[in-house]
Amino acid sequence: MNIRLVETTVGLFILGAIAAFLILAFKVSGFSIQHDEDSYRVTTEFDNIGSLKNRSPVTVAGVKVGQVKSIHLDSRTFKAIVTMAITKKENHIPSDSQASIVTAGLLGANYIELSPGFAEETLHEGSHIVDTQPALQLETMIGQLLFNINKSDSKQSS
Amino acid sequence: MINSLRMFGRQTISATVGLGHSGIFLFKILVRRPRPIKTFRLLIQEIFSVGVLSLPIILLAALFIGMVVALQGFNILSKFSAETELGQMVALSVVRELGPVVGALLFAGRAGSALTAEIGLMKATEQLSSIEMMGIDPIWRIISPRFWGGFFALPLLVVIFCAVAVFGGYIIGVQWLGIDDGSFWSGMTASVDFQTDVLNGLLKSIVFGFVVTWTAVYQGYDAVPTSAGIGQATTRSVVYASLAVLGLDFILTAMMMGGW
Repeated sequence: MNIRLVETTVGLFILGAIAAFLILAFKVSGFSIQHDEDSYRVTTEFDNIGSLKNRSPVTVAGVKVGQVKSIHLDSRTFKAIVTMAITKKENHIPSDSQASIVTAGLLGANYIELSPGFAEETLHEGSHIVDTQPALQLETMIGQLLFNINKSDSKQSS
Repeated sequence: MINSLRMFGRQTISATVGLGHSGIFLFKILVRRPRPIKTFRLLIQEIFSVGVLSLPIILLAALFIGMVVALQGFNILSKFSAETELGQMVALSVVRELGPVVGALLFAGRAGSALTAEIGLMKATEQLSSIEMMGIDPIWRIISPRFWGGFFALPLLVVIFCAVAVFGGYIIGVQWLGIDDGSFWSGMTASVDFQTDVLNGLLKSIVFGFVVTWTAVYQGYDAVPTSAGIGQATTRSVVYASLAVLGLDFILTAMMMGGW
């Protein structure tokens, strides 16, 4: 076979491997670069975000409208500041909507659910959602439940 | 009784001799005066015949393995209603285990057997001896480029394998079974670590590439120079290489999980 052709295909093969490695490095194991011209950013604060992650979905009535862009801790109030990117198509969400962190299934991933409010004004680039509900923590809930059960038991027996 | 004991002893001794022989052979390949310019051409040629020609089977196998892992994983995860973790499951199992191991097994079957048969036939038709008669070292001219070609080709193939398998999982998980795109990738990125998963998988593939090509090249060089001998050598090459890959995989995994 032509030596030049062989060299070209080997070059392509190595380039393909490098591309695959970059995919593994960026797409599969971390640092992602995303195009987001067709979305606007909304920030919000949570007391507790549970296991919310970057790129977790943001939904309204269960329909995905965007995803989490960044999460960091406010150094003064010790609340989690979450930035969401919502698609430009969904530009009619009322500004007094409530953001709550919910879980898909019992053990599934966390995501943000926006419950629409009634304000005339809509969410836009840079707006801030004030009304939030932190992630439900299963352990705390079970703890409360056990506590209540114990209390009602002792009341009945007394 | 005595006879079977004698047979056992003879086989142990011949296995040890073979191991020592292959060790010396490896030493001869590795330790030599580098002649980069001439070797480079030969190396490119070998990467082509060993790596590029194995690409179709690797791509096809990777796609199907990714899809199967996604289907099975979805089935299991939906019992816990944790389907959103599918991306993480596919990526971890492919990058850590399936990519390096299945890649190396396919490589042993596709490229290793070809190497053994090629070198064995060269030996049977006395091409190796004629090259030596011309004053060219056959290990330098024939064996070494094939060894290094396989050694470099397998990690490249495994990286491609992993990427394609994850893509296969994506097709099944997101496009067919309807898992959310963002959860699929976010679960994956959150749980796959670059160093402990991707780099360790790559390290495995480097070790496997070394072992598989070493076995293939040695079995060819050591083959009995008859047609039956070449057949046996090819079989041995694939069997030994596959067993070595699976055994080493266990040891490497145990070491990586134990934190070295």
